[in-house]
Formats: sequence, structure tokens, C-alpha cells
Amino acid sequence: MAQVRLEHITKRFGDGSEAVTAVDDVTLQIEHHEFMILLGPSGCGKSTLLRMVAGLEDPTAGDVFIGDRRVNDVEPKQRDIAMVFQSYALYPHKTVAANIEFPLKVRGVGKAERAAEALRAAEVLGLEPQMKRKPGQLSGGQRQRVALARAIVRNPAVFLMDEPLSNLDAKLRGDTRAELVDLHRRIDSTFLYVTHDQVEAMTMGSRVAVLSDGRLQQVGTPQEVYDRPATAFVAQFIGTPPMNMLPPGMLGSDAVQVGIRPEHLRLTPGGELHAIVKQVEHLGHEVLLFADANGTRLISRLDPSSFVPEVGDPVAFDAEPGRLHRFDATSGERVS
Amino acid sequence: MNRRLRDVPWAIVMLLPSIALIAVWTVYPLVKAIQKGHLRCDVTGTKCRDAGWGRYWDVFTSAEFQHALGVSLKLMVLTVPVGLLLGIGLAVLADKHLRGIGVFRTIFSSTVATSVAVASLVWFTLLQPQIGVFADMFSGWFPVVKNPGLLNDANTALPAVALSSIWANLGFTFIIITAALQSVPRDLYESAFVDGAGSVRRFTNVTIPMIAPTLLFVGVVLTTRALQTYGEIALLTGGGPNPEKPTTTIPYLIYGRNSLISNDLGTKSAAAVLLFLLSLVLALVQFRGLEKRVHYGR
Amino acid sequence: MAADTVRGVRKAGRYGLLVFVAVVVLFPIYAVVMQALKSGPDSLDHPRSLLPVDLTLSTISAAWDQGDLGRLLLNSVFVSIMVTIGVVVTSLLAAYAFAFLQFPLRGPLFIAFLATMLVPSEVTVVINERTADSLGWINSYQGLIVPSLASTFGVFLVRQVFLQLPGELREAAALDGVGHLRFLWEVAAPLSRPTLGALGLFTFLGTWNAYLWPSQVIRGDRAHETIQIGLERLKNNDISKINLVTGGLVVAALPIFIMLVLFQRQLVRGLTAGAVKG
Repeated sequence: MAQVRLEHITKRFGDGSEAVTAVDDVTLQIEHHEFMILLGPSGCGKSTLLRMVAGLEDPTAGDVFIGDRRVNDVEPKQRDIAMVFQSYALYPHKTVAANIEFPLKVRGVGKAERAAEALRAAEVLGLEPQMKRKPGQLSGGQRQRVALARAIVRNPAVFLMDEPLSNLDAKLRGDTRAELVDLHRRIDSTFLYVTHDQVEAMTMGSRVAVLSDGRLQQVGTPQEVYDRPATAFVAQFIGTPPMNMLPPGMLGSDAVQVGIRPEHLRLTPGGELHAIVKQVEHLGHEVLLFADANGTRLISRLDPSSFVPEVGDPVAFDAEPGRLHRFDATSGERVS
Repeated sequence: MNRRLRDVPWAIVMLLPSIALIAVWTVYPLVKAIQKGHLRCDVTGTKCRDAGWGRYWDVFTSAEFQHALGVSLKLMVLTVPVGLLLGIGLAVLADKHLRGIGVFRTIFSSTVATSVAVASLVWFTLLQPQIGVFADMFSGWFPVVKNPGLLNDANTALPAVALSSIWANLGFTFIIITAALQSVPRDLYESAFVDGAGSVRRFTNVTIPMIAPTLLFVGVVLTTRALQTYGEIALLTGGGPNPEKPTTTIPYLIYGRNSLISNDLGTKSAAAVLLFLLSLVLALVQFRGLEKRVHYGR
Repeated sequence: MAADTVRGVRKAGRYGLLVFVAVVVLFPIYAVVMQALKSGPDSLDHPRSLLPVDLTLSTISAAWDQGDLGRLLLNSVFVSIMVTIGVVVTSLLAAYAFAFLQFPLRGPLFIAFLATMLVPSEVTVVINERTADSLGWINSYQGLIVPSLASTFGVFLVRQVFLQLPGELREAAALDGVGHLRFLWEVAAPLSRPTLGALGLFTFLGTWNAYLWPSQVIRGDRAHETIQIGLERLKNNDISKINLVTGGLVVAALPIFIMLVLFQRQLVRGLTAGAVKG
């Protein structure tokens, strides 16, 4: 049973006035066999957090637990984890089979057993035909699967992944997302997955932890995070196109910012928000309307079959009732 | 365990072989030579006394050292500019896509395979009076070749040594400059061509500035080699011909079999340290050049 | 049509120049080889000695016997191989420490290391000869080999390559519990093979061709003499047998010429390392 617990984790790089706080007092619990996504923009500390779980970095303060064991002082190899790197970190001079076998070889597993285990891992990922090739002869997607196979061959309690899909093209990324979810279902490991891509977070995670500037913003299922963002940052980071954020006083009181998702901002003659259409994007299944309301940009998602105004038209919007998100104007935290 | 220090035992084990060897065979002899350089010894080299730092000045101003310094500097002047120009010429000549150019490149590189001893003895045999190929073939043009021979005439011995050195270094110079020429981006030439620059202008305005750092490097290497010339002297002239000793370079003064100071450890050490200081000046010039290269290299 | 002619003339001119320069550069080698392939009296009969006729191996075999060249070649091969292996191993280890290990004073130590490159052997031989003497290493293989077993240049070169390996490779290995020696042997060294080849070749040639140190540490002991310093004895023989020197030269230079042809690319890589940007 591998639960991962992070308690008040802080990581500072450098010292004195040069010090940069990469991770700031993060407490997070990942349950056994959960698929937890660490989501945030680059530089938010998500990779540092993952590397502290792996043991590649030491926390400045706080404790890391894997299972019931405090692992701060445990060497990476004894943490019962495996990690897939962004660059895959395959050994270029070894064949696919040798790459997958290598972690077992290091652990002193016998030759025959090694080969059998490697073959099993390769089968899971459909790599049998490539076993004798070297990484340089593989496509990006195949390399990515070799990295996965090398991780699962060890049968780790915790599976760490650092932006594993970011080097793949868009089509392959979509396919691999589904494969990863399928892999997660088939093996008994806990997944901890770092990404800056909210689509990956929404489609794969059983829960999502959103980070910004080293601080944990919100933890919840993808739907929770989308429906009830805990901070203005989460509200704007998740969702494409992003949530409209009205400055304090534009709707309601001076103390709150109000957010409205584009699909909840409806064209209504005589609506409360007046704006001029600046741009219209026809995406086939939907139309995105970009408008300017006294310097605030508004985005509205329309049905292509409905009435679509043209650039330069004055329009009026209304928010769908009950779909407003209110955040404190100074702290950014959700008010209601 | 402090994870910051956990690599320390490994670092010690892995660095020990290199550090121990360099300490014993490079650092220790340098320090020791600096110490021993203080010693003033009698002719037999058995009785020595400490003469302090002033001993270095005495050695530096001594007739033997001044003479050897002069020879070393003359050798530099004879070998470096000519060697550099020949290297550039050969490299430019072979920097064309022509059929069979690889054969010519291999030939031009070939002297890199000759050691100091081999190159020197090649020239030693060729330049022998009466029996050497050159002596026989060219004596009609240059009567001086006939007798006593270029190597045995005080006026021509050093130029003859220089000839051997230039030839031996040609392969190295050619290889390095060729590599530099090939690293000049082709689009620079093309854009200069489009701008209407002729081949001479392209050479002076594109090629030379782009390979200047490499030329500096080659120049420094050739200068260093000239300063460290020992084997050529030992095999070609033995520092002679006597009594003028026009080929006794500083290293030959220190290590040569017929050297006046060969038994005098104090003077040998002092001369070696002075040689080190000279090389150091050259190295500083080299680092200056390297700095510049980084500057406009990327 | 006219432009074609001009181009043709230019091309012919360049070929002519190339051939001329090639002849000039090769002439000394050619002359020596021809002399070495003639019998005694023939070798001194110029310019007939330069023609490839009446060739014989008698001069080379005489030089071989008189100079004991077989023994000298073996000595050179043995010493050069030992030094090459030693330099590659010590360079790999030290470069690994400087590239992958964390320890206090790593930066200053590396700078100090590099600084020793500034000390030419012409300066250290004075004292090293005495050190070798006090160790009883005069006229011995140890004396020829041990002082050359570490190379600052080698450490520098290999460290450069190690630093270019992706950092995630070492991290991935660390997660798998791969120790330092295993990572060095199974990952870092194989991935640096081209550079190690260049370093090895370079070290081999340097040791094979070394003159100053062997000439000081070996004092007329044929059992340990290298071919480079052994050649001198042929020269100091009877001047009328100067052709023996040519035979010795062919024997001494041939292995290196063969290596040059076989490993031209590695040699160029080794020579240009650090000399040419990019």
C-alpha cells in the first residue's frame, strides 16, 4: 500500500538574499493507486516537488512519507519508486531490451529472469518488435514507451512522471494519454504526474493539485477544480479559453473580482455588460467571440447555429445565473 | 548522513591517481626547481651554497643563458611566421572540392606522423655533406652545402634546424587550419559573394577574421614548440658547431650532453625556472586569445 | 565557351600547384625511403639513389640487426600501450569526479588542476630525473611509464564530454541504484567513446614520439630503450654507413604512418580539440 504524504515541504535554492523559494510549505496526501496530477505553469515548483519525492532533491524543511516510512534520508533506489523523465533518459548505446532490463541488472536479478520480466513489460506497452533496436532508431512515441517499460519493469509502488508527453506531437499525445490511463488501471502503483498542460490534467488525473509560485492552490478532482476554483489563479489557469475575470466593481462590490466562464457568458439584448466585438473565431463546433468592455476583454462561447454578431458590432452579455465565481480582490481567494 | 558530503569518499578515490601523479611529477619538480635555483655550485657540482633569489638574476644575465635565450628567440623568428604562412597557404590551396583532394590532404598532413627524432634524422641524412641527397643534388646551386655542410657551418646551422622544424610542424599546422576553414559557415561566403566581393576580398574580409583565433592558437603552439626545442638540436647539431654554439637553445643548455652546465644542478634548475616563466608569458597570451575567441565565437 | 576554358585552365593550374607542393612536402620522406631500399653503395649514388630501381631490403635488415630495432620497437609498443591505458583510466576517473560528484572545493581544485598544464616538461625533467634516480627507476620501464600516467589535458577533455551528457541520464541511473563505477563503466565511458579514442590515439602517438624524457631516464640500456632514442646510435656509427639511419627511420616511422592512415579522423579530432571553435 503506497500512499505518498508530503508534510509542510519547503525547498529553497541558494542562500541569503539570493535564496529562491521553489516550494513553499506544501502539504499533500496522495492515496494508494491514485493518479495525482501536479499542475501549474513552468517555474511553479511542481517538478521540484516531484524530484523531492524521488530523492533527487532534499527538502529544506518538511517530511516526505512513502507508505508509512519517512524517506527524507532514504536513498532514491530504496524508495520503491520509478520515474519517467521528460527526455526519457534512455541509454543511447543500449538496445531497448537492455534498457528495460538495466534496473533489474543493477539489482542483481538473474539473466533469464531479467529477460522474462523485460519481455512482460514490453508486452504491456506493445514494444516486442523493437526489443533489439537502439533508442536512436525509434520514433518519439516508441522511446516514450520504452521509458515507461523501464519504469514498470521494476514494479514500483510509486510511479513518478515529469512531463512525459511534452516531446510528442499533438496526435500522439492524445493517444498516449489514453494509454497511460489504461496502464494505470492495469497496474497497482500510485501515479504522481507533473504537467503544465491542463488537458492532460483534466483527462487523466483522478485528482489534480494546482501549484503557483511554489504554493499549493487547490487539490480536487478535475471537475471540482473546474467547477469551483479555489483561487483566482486556478480559475484562470484551468479552462480553454480561460475564465473571464472582471475587475472589482464591474459586477457587484468593489471588494471582489468576478469570474465567468466563456460558456456562461451569454449574448443577451439588454444584458448588463456592454461591449464591442473585436474578433470572431469559427471553430466548427463552436464560435468564440472576443469583445472589449471598457478595456476588459470578454470571451464568450457561442453555438454556431445561433446568431453570431460581426466585428465592430456593439453587443450586450449576461451571466448565467448561479455561474459567477467571486474572489477576494486582494488575496484572490474564493469568496462564494 | 549529510547527503551533501556523501560523494566525498568517491571523489577522493577517483581523483587520487591523477592528483598524486601530477603532484609528484609536475608540482613537486617545479617547486623543487625553484628552491634549487638558489644554489650556486662549484664546477664539479658537488659543493653548493644558497645564493638566494639573486641567483636567478645572475643566471639570467650569465653569458651562457643570454646566448641560449638569443638562440631560442632567433629560432622562433625563423620558424613561426614561415610555418604559419605555409600552413595557411597549404590549407587554402586544399580547401576546394576537387576530385582526389583527400589524397592531397593526407599528404599535406603526413608530417604530423613524424616524431622529433624521425624528422630530425631525416634532415640529418639529407643534409650530410658529400653523401646527403641535398648536398649532392643542390651543391651546384649553393656551394656552401658542399663543405662543411649546412649543419656544420655556424652561419647556416640554425636555419637548417629551422627548416627541419618547419617541415615537421607543417602537418599539424595544416590540419588545424583546414579544420578552421571548414568551420567557417558557407553562407558567410555566399552573402559576401552576393555583395559582390571578389575572391581576394572574401579571403581578407571573411576567411581571415573567422579563422583568426585559430591562427593565434597555432602561432602560440609553434612559438611554444620553438621555445622548447631540444630533440632537434640533440640530433642535428649537438648545440654546435663549436665554438660559436649557434644552436644551443635554452632546453639544450639545460639538458644537452655537451652542455657547460650539465653537472650543475643549481644553474640547471634556475635555467629551467626561467624557461617556465617564459612559457608562462606565452600561456597568458594564449588565454587572452582564448578569451577573445569566446567573445566573438558564439 | 570562354568562361569554361578559363575555368578549366584555373582548375589545371590548381592541380599543378597541388602536385608541386605535394612533391616538395613528400620529397624528404621519399628520398629517405628510397635510400633505405638501396644496398649500401647504391644509396650514396645520387641522384640515381632516388629512382625506384634495384630495390632491396638489405639495408633495413642490417639496420634492424645492428640497432637491435626489434627490441626497441617492442619497448616502444609496450611503453606506449601502458601509458595510453593509464591515461585513459586516470582521466576517466578524475573527469567523472569533476563532472558528476559533489564535493567541497571542486571548482578551485579543477582550476588548480588546469593550471598544471602550464608547466612544460622541459622544466620538470631536471628534478624528475633525480626523483627517478632515487627510486631506482633509471633504465627501467617504470621510469618511462609512471611519470606519464596522468594527463591534465585528458581530464579536461573527458570532463567536457561528460558535462555534455544529459543530466537526466545520471538521475535516472541514480533512481535505479546504479553506483558511480557502474555508471562510469556502463554509461558514461561508452557514450564518450569517440573522445576516448582520440585521447588514446593522441597519448599513444605522444608517448611513441617522446624524446626528452626517455633520453634522460634511459642511459644506454638497450633492454629498455625506446625506438626514438635508439635511432641516435645508428647515426653515431661510422659515417659511411649513414644509410643504416635511413633503414632505422623507416622502421621507426612506418607504424605511425600506418596509424595515421587508419585513424586519420580520430587524430584530427584529437588535434583540433580545443583549437577550433564549434
